Amino acid sequence: MNRSLILGALLSAVFVIAALVSFVWTPHDVLGLDIPNKLKEPGGAHLFGTDHFGRDIFSMVMVGARTSIAVAVVAVGIGMLLGVPLGLAAAARTGTLLDEVIMRGNDLVFAFPSLLIAIMITAVFGASAVNAIIAIGIFNIPVFARLVRGASLSLWTRDYVLAARVSGKGAARISFEHILPNLTNLLIVQGTIQFSLGILAEAGLSYVGLGAQPPTPSWGRMLAESQTMFSFKPHLAIFPGLAILLTVLGLNLMGDGLRDWLDPRLRRTKR
Amino acid sequence: MLRFVLKRLLSLVISLAVASVVIFLFVEVVPGDPAAYMLGMNAQEDTLAALREQLGLNGTLVERYLSWIGGMLRGDFGTSYTYRTPVAEMIGERIWISLPLAVYALTLSTLIAFPAGIWAASKRGSLADVLVMGFTQLGVAIPNFWFAMLMVLLFAINLRWFSAGGFAGWDAGFLPAMKSLTLPAVALALPQASILARVMRSSLLDTLGEDYIRTARAKGLSRRQALWRHALRNALIPVLTIIGLQFSFLLAGAIIIENVFFLPGLGRMVFQSIAARDLIVVESVVMLLVFAVILVNFLVDVAYAVVDPRLRVKA
Repeated sequence: MNRSLILGALLSAVFVIAALVSFVWTPHDVLGLDIPNKLKEPGGAHLFGTDHFGRDIFSMVMVGARTSIAVAVVAVGIGMLLGVPLGLAAAARTGTLLDEVIMRGNDLVFAFPSLLIAIMITAVFGASAVNAIIAIGIFNIPVFARLVRGASLSLWTRDYVLAARVSGKGAARISFEHILPNLTNLLIVQGTIQFSLGILAEAGLSYVGLGAQPPTPSWGRMLAESQTMFSFKPHLAIFPGLAILLTVLGLNLMGDGLRDWLDPRLRRTKR
Repeated sequence: MLRFVLKRLLSLVISLAVASVVIFLFVEVVPGDPAAYMLGMNAQEDTLAALREQLGLNGTLVERYLSWIGGMLRGDFGTSYTYRTPVAEMIGERIWISLPLAVYALTLSTLIAFPAGIWAASKRGSLADVLVMGFTQLGVAIPNFWFAMLMVLLFAINLRWFSAGGFAGWDAGFLPAMKSLTLPAVALALPQASILARVMRSSLLDTLGEDYIRTARAKGLSRRQALWRHALRNALIPVLTIIGLQFSFLLAGAIIIENVFFLPGLGRMVFQSIAARDLIVVESVVMLLVFAVILVNFLVDVAYAVVDPRLRVKA
């Protein structure tokens, strides 16, 4: 085990636990208004202070973790569920029309940054957390497809794959029984990285109003709502921003650590 | 070389054509009629029909697509539903904020990343390396719009060195205009610079481990001389790829950052158009940005071929 894996896992765990706990308990109600206690500085009954409606920022950050994590997890799931089979298929049929179509399709999606996909979706269907998930998810598909295709190509030349072919297994069976299990480590590492990018993307989309809609607390929207007030009440912007920074930092450290841990060859050359 | 460029040019045209079809079809599935939306609930049927005609909403799907594309090729992006001004004119005004901002940010990011990456790689394992790696780890994780807000708090509100937002305008002179783009450009550049510095460092470390570097060292070059004369040039190839890929993130990031600083660029225009359901504007700006991304990736591919003749044959 290495230090960045432990530190990253601990940081990420804090936010996952906060998100889970928020389902059953938060220090204060995040939907109720408490105008007499609005814009309270951090301390006392409100650890992180309160916002312009008197809502407890600590509780909102907890529930916001739920939104961010849910959006990012589902978006990575979409990317893997569609991207991995596409990558496997392209590698199994390398050099054919299918491979060409899949890879050019990937290039095309790559030309649309996730924010542009989100802009198009919201312009037509309106803003919502679900549309944010779809936009980030679509962006993830080519990432996984390319990764899986590249890594699978070298696996297809291995002797055990040849043995499987001799024993009469088809391309699809070989892909799922012999290629995919060997890609697990790679997918875990890339999944962690895309997860952290998903959290950043969700925050950005919610900040510009294309993501989670009121009253669902979301870190990005909390920052957007603080925009007019943070010059005299900085705590409104500090805590949600720190939450995003620390979660993403934790996931990135965990991704780096996992890569070193799961692939001993890298461990030696990297130092 | 010419063959390679022509081949890539063909693939550029095909990508653009497919992207334009995707964007066009996407906007076509919009629920509701833009003409009805513009004129409100009590619109007369004949007024609606007249407006539809004027907006070019009649005709078959293929006809409308061809007229859209044909118009764009002539520089006619259609007329905004809400502003009733040509979209090309609106883009023409705002691009002089968005484009300089993107170039400014890219320049800053390269100016920060190259020295930092080279420094960290040449002193691997030292305090300098640890510091660069630590800072870049933070730079990658920080949301750029939040970083922008923190900079506003420090440099605009507390120190009063910069204004908190808005654009001075190019008429006010080059320096005042650049000054109002400085905080946005720094906010955009920081995450980019962090990624780029890490790529620069690891790419340099890879090339420093190559046999030809050992040969160079054996000939009597110092580590430093070997780095500058032989390693750097070879290490630049992955760095170029990342700069090309980052361009799309930079454009997307600019859309958000423009909103933090109330810069009247393309990004703000897009959001105002979404709110007004002005799809002609959204469609045109998205197409323009996708065009920019595809074009930059084409240029990067060509730049490779210039830097590294081996890649010409492969392609």
